[in-house]
Amino acid sequence: MISGHEGDAPLPVSDVFFAMLRRDVRVARRELPFFLLRTTMQPLLLMVVFGYLLPKMGMVAKGYTATLLPGVVSLSLALSAVQSVSLPMVAQFGFSKEIEDRLLAPIPSHLVALELVTAGTLQGLLAGLFVLPVGRLIMGAIPGLGFSNAVQVFSVMLLGAATFSALGLLIGCAINPQQIGLMFSSIIGPMIFFGCMYYPWKGLDTVPVMKYAVLVNPLVYVAEGMRATLTPGVPHMDLTAISLALLTLLLLFWWLGLRAFMKRAVT
Amino acid sequence: MPGMIETRALRKVYLAASRKRVTPPRGTGTPSGGTRQASSPPQSGEIAALDGLDLEIHEGEFFGLLGPNGAGKTTTIGVLTTRVHATSGEAFVAGKNVATEEVAVRRRIGVVPQRPNPDRGLNVIENLLFHGAYFGLSHAVSMQRAMGLLEQFEIADRAHAKVEELSGGQQQRLMIARALLHEPRVIFLDEPTVGLDPQARLALWDILRILHAQGRTIVMTTHYMQEADELCDRLAIVDRGRLLALDTPSRLRLQAPGSTLIDLTIEGDCAAAATLCRRLSGVQRVDEAAGGLRAYSDRGGELIPALIHAVEEAGCRVQNINLSKPSLETLFVSLTGRKLA
Repeated sequence: MISGHEGDAPLPVSDVFFAMLRRDVRVARRELPFFLLRTTMQPLLLMVVFGYLLPKMGMVAKGYTATLLPGVVSLSLALSAVQSVSLPMVAQFGFSKEIEDRLLAPIPSHLVALELVTAGTLQGLLAGLFVLPVGRLIMGAIPGLGFSNAVQVFSVMLLGAATFSALGLLIGCAINPQQIGLMFSSIIGPMIFFGCMYYPWKGLDTVPVMKYAVLVNPLVYVAEGMRATLTPGVPHMDLTAISLALLTLLLLFWWLGLRAFMKRAVT
Repeated sequence: MPGMIETRALRKVYLAASRKRVTPPRGTGTPSGGTRQASSPPQSGEIAALDGLDLEIHEGEFFGLLGPNGAGKTTTIGVLTTRVHATSGEAFVAGKNVATEEVAVRRRIGVVPQRPNPDRGLNVIENLLFHGAYFGLSHAVSMQRAMGLLEQFEIADRAHAKVEELSGGQQQRLMIARALLHEPRVIFLDEPTVGLDPQARLALWDILRILHAQGRTIVMTTHYMQEADELCDRLAIVDRGRLLALDTPSRLRLQAPGSTLIDLTIEGDCAAAATLCRRLSGVQRVDEAAGGLRAYSDRGGELIPALIHAVEEAGCRVQNINLSKPSLETLFVSLTGRKLA
C-alpha cells in the first residue's frame, strides 16, 4: 500500500519558489558560454566599432565613449533580461509544454510567473555586470567613469533588468512560436535604435518630436540611468524621473504580463 | 469505498473566439438512444466541452474515461488537475476543491500528459530531482525514489542522458516516474499510449497494472477500447461533454444492442433504404449514418443478403459491408452514433 500522506505536511511556497529558481540557475549555468555569447555579442561588436575603431580613426569625438559605454551596458542588460524570459517561454508554452511540470507544482501560478521574472532579472544583471568591465577594456580609459555611485549603478541595473524581464513575460505569453523573428524586427530592433543607446536623450533637443516619442521606449530610461550613475558628466535625465519611469513601466509590464501568463496557465 | 474524486454538474463552455482550443466533434451521425437531455444548451458561438458531468471515482480504483476526440476527456482531466477553470459545477480531488484549493490538490495528484513534456534543460535524473524539490522532498529522499523508479521502469542506465536521447516509450516512462515521485494519491494519465509502438504500449500496460495493484487511484483517458477493457475497473463513456454510460467493462458489454453490428456503405437515398431494412425480421434497429446504414442484427451475418436486397429495392447500391461483434465499440456506436477513432 502506498503512504500518500505527504500532501498533509506543511510545505511553504517559498521552498517551491526557490526550488524553481535553483532549476533556472542550473540550466543557466550549463548554458553560460552560449548565454554570454548570445546576449553580449552585439554590444561587444558595437563597442569595437564605435568605441574603439571610430575614435581611433578620429571619426567620432574623443569623449564619445562616455556616452556609449552606459548605453551598451543598458543594451546587453535589457536584451538578456527580455530574451531569457521570452524565448524559453514561447517554446515552453507553445510546443514543448515543458512549463506544465512547474504549473502543476504546489504553488500558486502567479508565483511561477514571479519566479520566471526573478530569474530573468538575475540574468540581465549578470550580462550588464559582464559587459561593463569588458567594455572598459575594449574602449580604454573613459572620461568621467567612476564607481563612487556603485549603489545607484546597481539599483538602476536591477530596476532596468526587472522591467525588461517583466516585458519578456508579456512578450513570451503574447506571441506564437512562428512570430519570434517578427519580435526581433518589429520590437527589439526599433527599441535599440531609438533607445538613446548611441546618443544621450538631451541630444534629441534638435528633433523635439522624436525627443518625446522615444519616451515610450523603456530602454531610454535604462541608458539614461546608466549615464546618470556611471558617467554623470554626460548630459542625462534626472535620476528620480528615471527611477519613477522605470518603476511605472515595471508595474505595467508585470501587470500585463501576469494577465497574459494566467490566461495561458489556467484556461 | 470513499469517493476520491467527485464532480457535480461540471460544465466548461469555450467562447467561439477560443474555438481552436477545443476540437469540435467531427461525427455527423445523429445521436440516438441514451438519455440526452440538454441541461441548458450552449448559446451560438459557444462550445460546451463539458456539459453537466457527474462522476464519482473511488479510492484505489482504475477508472477509464472513454470517448472520441473532442468528447471532453482532456477537459475533464484539465479541470481535475487545476489547469482548466470550470464554467460552472464543482469538482473535488481527495476532498479538496479544485477551484479554490488548487495548491492542495496539486500536492495530491500526479499527472502524465498526452505528449511527454520533460524539462529539456535538465537531464533524466535532474527531471526527477527538481520535481521532487518542487514538492518539498529532500534531495536524499528524491534521489532514493528517483533511482528506484528509474530501475523499475528500466531506464536507470539513462539517468544522466539528455531527455531528447530517450525513445518515445522511455520518455513516457520518465513522465510516469515523475508523476509518481511525490507519491500522489491520484494519478491522471491522458491518453498515455498514443504514439507508442505496440511493444511499448504493452510494457506501459504492465506498469499501470502494477500501480493499480499497489492500491493507487488511477484515472486514465483513452480512445482505445481494448486498453480501457483490459485495464479499467470502471469505465465512463463520454461524448460531447456528457456521460453516456458508466459501469464495469463486462457489464457495459452486456448493454450493447443486438448480437452483431452490420455497417453498410451505400450509394443513394439512405432514408428510403433504412425504412425497408427496418421491416426485416431479425433487425433490432437501423440507424442512418454518413453515407450508409448501421443495422443491429439478432442473427449475426445471416441477414446480409436480405439487407442487400432491401437496399437495392430502395434503388440504392451497397458498396461495402462491415461486421462487428458486440463490444464496447458497438455499445459506443449505439450511444453516440459515431465511431471512436
